[in-house]
Amino acid sequence: MRESVTVEHISKKYDIGKLQMDTNFREALVRFLKNSFSRSSENKVEIWALKDVSFSVKQGEIVGLIGRNGAGKSTLLKILSRITCPTSGKMNIRGRVGSLLEVGTGFHEELTGRENVYLNGSILGMTKKEVKSKLDEIVSFADVEKFLETPIKHYSSGMRMRLGFSVAAHLDTDVLFVDEVLAVGDAAFQAKCLGKMKELRDSGRTLIVVSHTMETVQNLCPRVLWIDNGKLRQDGCSEDIIKSYMGAIRGKWRTGINMNDIFGGVQESGYDLTQALNRIGTGDIQYIGIEFRTLDGQPKKQIFSGDSLKLRLHYQAHKPVSKPNFFFRIANEFGEKVTTLGTYLSGIEIPILYPGIGYIDLDLECLNIMPDRYYLTLWINRYSDIPGEKETLYNGLDRCAPFHVEYIDYYRSGRGIDKVWGGIFIPCKWNLNGLNSENVVVRDINV
Amino acid sequence: MTEGTKLEWIKEFWRYKELFYFFVWRDIKIKYRQTVLGALWAIIQPLFTMLVFTTFFGKFAKMPSDGIPYPIFSYVALVPWTYFAGAVTMSGNCLIGNSNLLTKVYFPRFAIPASSTLSGLIDFFIASILLFGLMVYYHVPMSWGLLLWPVLVIPLVLLALGLGMILASLNVKYRDIKYTIPFGIQILLFITPIIYPISILPEKYQKLVKLNPLTGIIDAFRSSVFPNKHMDFGSLSISIVASIVIFFIGLAYFRKTEKDFADVV
Repeated sequence: MRESVTVEHISKKYDIGKLQMDTNFREALVRFLKNSFSRSSENKVEIWALKDVSFSVKQGEIVGLIGRNGAGKSTLLKILSRITCPTSGKMNIRGRVGSLLEVGTGFHEELTGRENVYLNGSILGMTKKEVKSKLDEIVSFADVEKFLETPIKHYSSGMRMRLGFSVAAHLDTDVLFVDEVLAVGDAAFQAKCLGKMKELRDSGRTLIVVSHTMETVQNLCPRVLWIDNGKLRQDGCSEDIIKSYMGAIRGKWRTGINMNDIFGGVQESGYDLTQALNRIGTGDIQYIGIEFRTLDGQPKKQIFSGDSLKLRLHYQAHKPVSKPNFFFRIANEFGEKVTTLGTYLSGIEIPILYPGIGYIDLDLECLNIMPDRYYLTLWINRYSDIPGEKETLYNGLDRCAPFHVEYIDYYRSGRGIDKVWGGIFIPCKWNLNGLNSENVVVRDINV
Repeated sequence: MTEGTKLEWIKEFWRYKELFYFFVWRDIKIKYRQTVLGALWAIIQPLFTMLVFTTFFGKFAKMPSDGIPYPIFSYVALVPWTYFAGAVTMSGNCLIGNSNLLTKVYFPRFAIPASSTLSGLIDFFIASILLFGLMVYYHVPMSWGLLLWPVLVIPLVLLALGLGMILASLNVKYRDIKYTIPFGIQILLFITPIIYPISILPEKYQKLVKLNPLTGIIDAFRSSVFPNKHMDFGSLSISIVASIVIFFIGLAYFRKTEKDFADVV
């Protein structure tokens, strides 16, 4: 696929001295006079917000930009959206560009919802015709139909945000730059936003998203650029980079167990969870790794739809743990549950677990979910013996590991199964005896 | 700057013409929303200034007015002046007033001063309606010269926009400009023949005042209304040329500085 965004050696310099000193004519005059006599540049403080950043993004790619505050993410986005110019370097963007650095830019308090949709839409680069044709959709997405003719000064901040996001979400551009605006509204609206993003992605648009929410980045972007101190520190697959990024900002957390011993040097077939970040729970017992194997115990590097699979969940108990239940959940990248498997659900009761490390195997006869990216959520809890009392969460790892289920030509028909047909597939066999027909062909590409 | 980039700049602006339209529309809508008198304000401003001027300059100070009744004499000049003063003030402050847009979205920056300058024209035309009333009241015969009234707006807009762009660009960097504008406008009111006819000045000063590009335009507005007052084409030509030159200087300076607006504002 062709390149959609190309950035070559972009640098951006800010003269902080200049910014602060020169905002007053008198001072500028004094400085000008001073500088004409002495060639000093004492007040000049240069800051390189970006230094020699190069990358390219292919059409239809979704790329996340991560980095600490002040690392240069927003500057990069501003340069890409042409709000500000780079000090040096080149960039090239193919197609119509839209940028969303703020929700509801240019909204005016005195104007009505409808008027603001038109204004905001045209500020974002839509034509009047486009806004007109999408007005109903925009308004119903934002859920403000009833207040369309009300000046937005009477809107709640949530309504304003929703309306702002909604206008932007209906922007019909080839390339879209988004800055941390996904975190608007309540949970329901956020889910809606994510859904919309997915829609945009599926329609082949190029998306570059800046976010501090690793969850969003991991859910949305297969590829991540890590900007550190104005430089492009890493560029690649999101889970690897997020992991090293989080490691860099939080410092490393270790259990003192060498995972190589556990995995026997075949980590590609599993994940080391000792450094998992979003760990919650009491920590009396913790997951330390997850492995994928075949049913006869061989490491499994690739998982296809319809495969049989052995999941080995490694744990470490720091003290005796009573009545633990192991849970394992597969969710899609939008956080929707696909399925939950648990020892509790299968009726297994473990009275006590002794301190130390161990594992529990989970055999799946047929992983009948469609090829897609999934995330695994693991937790260990204990349900109270007293009815109505809250459960104890020993350890919870929300979406700790990505889980790729690969495309496979299950029926050997040359027509592989794909998620466009639905979320799960059920291995099946057609019985053709009752057909009033002849010469029915059953394709088998292996024959 | 090469021709190519100039052409691109114009094309780019053209692509965003609807945004420009929405800016003008927004400015007009917001101006009179939540006002009781609404568009009447467009008339009130020059009308009351005229009444005050008539009382103090016309009546008490016995200001000559080339044989024209002083109220209509001053009103004719006050309508374009009110527009000009408003347009320069608005466009001079437009960039800092829209700083949130500058730092958050890309669009041709020229749309901001251009729309600030043009949105005042509606007031100009509303105020012009009252002019016809005054002409009837003071028995000023309608003449073909009146056709020039709307045409003269063109150099007036160019001059206001040119100055506005220079001031706006400077204003982004030096906030002193914000305080300079009202002060400058006040001075300009006195060095332009609005309150007085240019004929009361000694020859030497007349030449000096004619160097003010506004002089020729305002004087031409008067000549277009009063058939007996002949048009000073020499002075008007100076004004038109000066307006065009100032417009292009403003545009060049604006284009040169616009890439830094988002960083500095």
